[in-house]
Order: sequence, then structure tokens, then C-alpha cells
Amino acid sequence: MDTTTVYKPGKGLTDRKLSYCPGCTHGIIHKLVGEVLEEKNLIDNAIGVASVGCSVMSYEFFNCDMHQAAHGRAPAVATGAKRVKPDKTVFTYQGDGDLASIGLAEIVHAAHRGENITVIFVNNAIYGMTGGQMAPTTLIGQKTTTSPFGREKSQAGEPLRISELLATVPGATYLERVSVHDPKHVKKAKKAIEKAFDVQEKKQGFSLIEFISTCPVQWGIQPYEATRWAVDNMIPYYPLGVFKDNTGGEKDE
Amino acid sequence: MKAKGRIIIEQDKCKGCDLCTHYCPVNILELDTSTTNALGYTPLKVTDPDKCIACSFCAMMCPDGVITVERYNK
Amino acid sequence: MKGNEAMALAAIKGGCDAFFGYPITPQNELPEYLSKHMKENGRVFVQAESEVAAINMVYGAGGSGARVLTSSSSPGIALKQEGISYLAGSEVPCVIINVMRGGPGLGGIQPAQSDYMQITRGGGNGDYHTLAFAPENLQETVDIIKESFTLADEFRNPVMIAADGLLGQMMEPVDMDRESNVKKAPEKPWAASGESGKRGHRNKIVSLFLDPNDLEDHNLKLQKKYTRMKEEQQRYELIQTDDAEIVFVAYGSMARIARSAIEILREKGVKVGMIRPISIWPFPEKAFDNLPKSVHTLLTLEMSLGQMIEDVKIVNQGRYTIDFGVRTGGVVPEPEESGSKVLSMKEGVK
Repeated sequence: MDTTTVYKPGKGLTDRKLSYCPGCTHGIIHKLVGEVLEEKNLIDNAIGVASVGCSVMSYEFFNCDMHQAAHGRAPAVATGAKRVKPDKTVFTYQGDGDLASIGLAEIVHAAHRGENITVIFVNNAIYGMTGGQMAPTTLIGQKTTTSPFGREKSQAGEPLRISELLATVPGATYLERVSVHDPKHVKKAKKAIEKAFDVQEKKQGFSLIEFISTCPVQWGIQPYEATRWAVDNMIPYYPLGVFKDNTGGEKDE
Repeated sequence: MKAKGRIIIEQDKCKGCDLCTHYCPVNILELDTSTTNALGYTPLKVTDPDKCIACSFCAMMCPDGVITVERYNK
Repeated sequence: MKGNEAMALAAIKGGCDAFFGYPITPQNELPEYLSKHMKENGRVFVQAESEVAAINMVYGAGGSGARVLTSSSSPGIALKQEGISYLAGSEVPCVIINVMRGGPGLGGIQPAQSDYMQITRGGGNGDYHTLAFAPENLQETVDIIKESFTLADEFRNPVMIAADGLLGQMMEPVDMDRESNVKKAPEKPWAASGESGKRGHRNKIVSLFLDPNDLEDHNLKLQKKYTRMKEEQQRYELIQTDDAEIVFVAYGSMARIARSAIEILREKGVKVGMIRPISIWPFPEKAFDNLPKSVHTLLTLEMSLGQMIEDVKIVNQGRYTIDFGVRTGGVVPEPEESGSKVLSMKEGVK
């Protein structure tokens, strides 16, 4: 049979079986990052920084040199690596507990300094790996193991919108929030990742892509239902779009 | 109806998450409840290969890179 | 040169590629000097947002193959403990300068030696050690800092220079180019340098080993390094111990004060000497092995409430009587205090 392959797993990820739960969007996001790094010929000279959370093992999945950082510290580790290896592509891969809670100082300051790194920020509004605790990004009313009555504004404040927050930081160059809940959005998300690594390649400064993601196991619903929940509940609060673009007006087609 | 292409499923990598089945525009994907794969999950199967339009939606949504998509050349 | 500045210059001469630090009294002249001079030398300087961030930048830069330095003072070193544990666990070389001050908590800003436990008993989690030196004067400090980058690379481990606040602030003549064991940075085939394509395989800087058997194996491997450090890196000085009856044990600035005390006491006919640890981890056990029969008492002198004394007791193994003289809170003792302590001890012995 005469065929052309139009889609196949690439070399941006290793052969290791991903350790994520069935239907977890981490897998989709890993795939996109791997594809972009491979297609842009950056994977062989990349240094990734894994964080702490469900994606702690991502140092086994991205097909490049990797650091495994302490909880929240990945942007600082990436800063160290990029400063001494400025010609390498340096990225971090962080969840919302890691980046928006314990790591808030590190992410703000890496953006503030305009570090020429790319941050892949996976926001699923919960602490997945440790069993489903409330995160700074958990929605009002959302029940988690440490907010069993639903998140209350008076106790825990309202959820933190990271892309909007970082947009106020002068050093941030490119910030976009995307989703991976259907093929159309997956395509858009991939373009956003391409843009972010472009920013790094062109030495234009700090880039971060925030992914609205699901956590079927800790949310307690099936993977497809989880994508619907994300669309119905997360996206209204965390709107998709570009929150900062200081690249000087190079538009995507 | 002649298929535009086909998908190849790496059965023993599939986690039976049932995401892809919801995105197939021609509804030919289903979990094969008659079997269990090496990981212990209910893997994916194509119910009606002739209807495949090789859109790659299933492959794009798969978190585990299980699916390869091929288009038939004319 | 002012101590902190001499230390900074020593780091440059030792091959430091990158410095990441944060302001804290009494070491600020060190990052200030480097903020100017690293740039002049085409190297990296970053004032981080915290000591926590700084040690993690060290981890990232060191893990990618550079020779890296951070500096702080006692409360800031406390913040770095997590990072130091990661560095040790991942076998990433680095140098940490601790210009010590009084504690606990915010403590004070005057010099102290109350970090001994923090430095030698880990500080961070897990079975690891930091190779640690406590120099006495600026020349020794400079020589050891220069050498520390070579040692860090050789052992793939953090190295700490425990210099108390006095050393940081004092002005003393120093020969910055005196011969010391400084070697060029070796090849680092293990580094996550972003060359996985050229190298043909990926490098990972990781301290996580989920399988307990793997973690045990890893720890046993680390322990081999620490055993080698114990064999090779015990450093100490013996001062007038040949005919001593009472032997001071003191390090750093306390040892300098003790030297004056020895002079005063010797003039009075008291046979006193000193063991001066230069490495505090590994603690120089060997120094205690060949003391003359005349020795009956070890008198530890510390600017703390007694931390090194525990190591002295361990290596002593009941051979000698142990006594101690302490001041803490950043109070720097006068030589006369040690002297009168010894004299009162002599009365007691009689």
C-alpha cells in the first residue's frame, strides 16, 4: 500500500513510557514541546529543567540534557544554566503548585530580569502528584482534599492568574495562555510554543506559555469530561490569549 | 466509501483513556472492551477503517503518542 | 585588601565562572566586588532575589558545567541548605563562602562560630557532607578559596569556606598570587551542558532515586567520596604542642586570639599549645593521635556555646580531659579570657 505518514511520534521525547495518568494533558503538552524542539532543530542543544509535581520525571521524557530542580526553583536553576550556556535553549516545565505557590518568587524574578528562557506552565488548578490538594489556581468553590467545602475567598483568596500577573512585570517579553482541550486548540498551543522558543532564539527575553490542563484523577472525572470541565469552568476565569507581546510586532499567519 | 488513510495503534502503549474516541469526526474509534493490553488497559480499536479520513485528530489528542497516521497516496 | 574583597578576588583567581548571591551583612563587599570584576573578566554575575534562588542558580550553572560560587552569612546559609543537599545529592561541584555571624534566627551581625553544627552536621536533608574549611587569616582564606574550585571539581561536591565576620571585614596584606593547588577546570562529561546531540546521549542532573535500592546504592557511592575526603583532606596546624600540658583546640579567628593567649601564658611558664583545625569537615582526627605524653587536657575555645567540642569529644575517645571556653552572640573574646581560664584550670589541677 502506498502511503505517506502524516503524523507520527517524533524524536523530541525519549522512548520512555510516560508516567502520567491515562488522559492527562501533560502527555499532550510534552508531545507538543518535543515536536517544536525537534522541528526547530533545538533539541540537540537544549537544557530542560524538570520541576516537582506529576512532571517530576519529565527529565526522563524530554530527549535532551535535563536538570531536576527542587520544588519551585526551576526558574532559578534555568537562570544559572542559561547564564553560563547562553547559546543553548533552556526551558522549564512546571505545574501550578510548583510555579504559582512555592515558586512564585523565582518565576517573577526570572521574568523580571528578562531571563532568556522559556517556561512551560501547566495549570490544572490542583496539586496532582500529592493527591489533589488546593493550589493557588484552584477555582472558588472547587473541592479539593484541603478545601473539602470548596475554596472560599475569605480563607484562601481568589485564584491566581499567572499570565496576567507576569504581564505586569517589565522583563517579560511573551506570555500566552492556551488550552489543549480539542485539536483546534492543540494546534494553537503548538504555535504558541513555537513563538515562545522563537523569542528565546532571537534573544528577545522571557517567554511563558500557560496551558489550561486537566487532572482527571484528582478532579474525579473521566478524561474527556475533564476537558469539558476545563472549558466550562477554567477558561472563563483564565481566558485564553496573548497577555504580553514585546517582540516588536511579528505576527503569526 | 474508500478510506483516505489509516491509523496504526501501538496497542501496548495505549492507556485506554478514551480521549481520542471523542474527537474522531467520523466516529470510528472505540475502546476494545473484549481485551486488555500489556499495560492492563482497555486499548483502542478502529471500528470501521474504511471511513478513516486521516485527519490526525486522534493522534493529536493522544497523550501517549500511541497513534501514527498514514494517508493513502492516489 | 579588605577581607571580603580579597575573598572575591581569590574566587576569580581560582577559576570561578559565575557568581550568584544576595546581600547580607557582613559579606556585602564580596558580591559588590564581583558585580564589577566578573563583568570585566567576561564572567557571570547575578544578584538573585534571595539566598534560596542564588543556591539554585548555582545548581543550574554548576550542573551545566561551570565553576560557581555563592556567598552569604549564617542566616542566609540556613536558607541555602535545601539547595546544598540537592547539589551534594546530584554531585554538582560548587563553592559556598559563609561569612559567619551570631545566631540563632536573625541573631546579630558580629562575628561568631555558631554555624559549626550547621556546616558539619549536614544542614540539609540526607546522608551527605560538605567539604568545609575554616581559615584563620586572610592569606589562608585566599589560598583555600582559590583551591576550593579545584577541590569541588575533584570531588564533585559542595565546598564551604567558613570565614567568620572578622575575616570578612579586616584589612590585611595578602599575596593573591601565592602558589596553591589550583588546577584548570577538568572536562565534565557528566554535565547537562546542552550537547546531547553531539555527545550522543543525554545527561541528567538528578538527586531523585525512587527505588530504595537505587537510592541506597547512590548513597553508598557518595559515602566513598566522603571516606576519601576523610583520608585526604584533614587539614590542621600544631602550635607548640611538643611539650604542652594543656592544648587549645580552636579554629578561625578564635585560633588567632588563642595564639596571643599562648604567648601570654608561655611567658608565665604555662606549657600550653594548640591544635588548630583548618578543615572542620573532615574533622582532623589525625591531629589528636600523636600528642606527647605531657598533654593532659584539651581546652576547646569557640565563639559559640560549644559545637566543635562534640567532635573533640568524639576523637578524644577518653584520652584527655576536655574543658572549654566559650563566648557567643558575636562577642569576640580577649586573649586574657582564655589565659585566665587556663590559669584557673591549672589551679584546679594542682
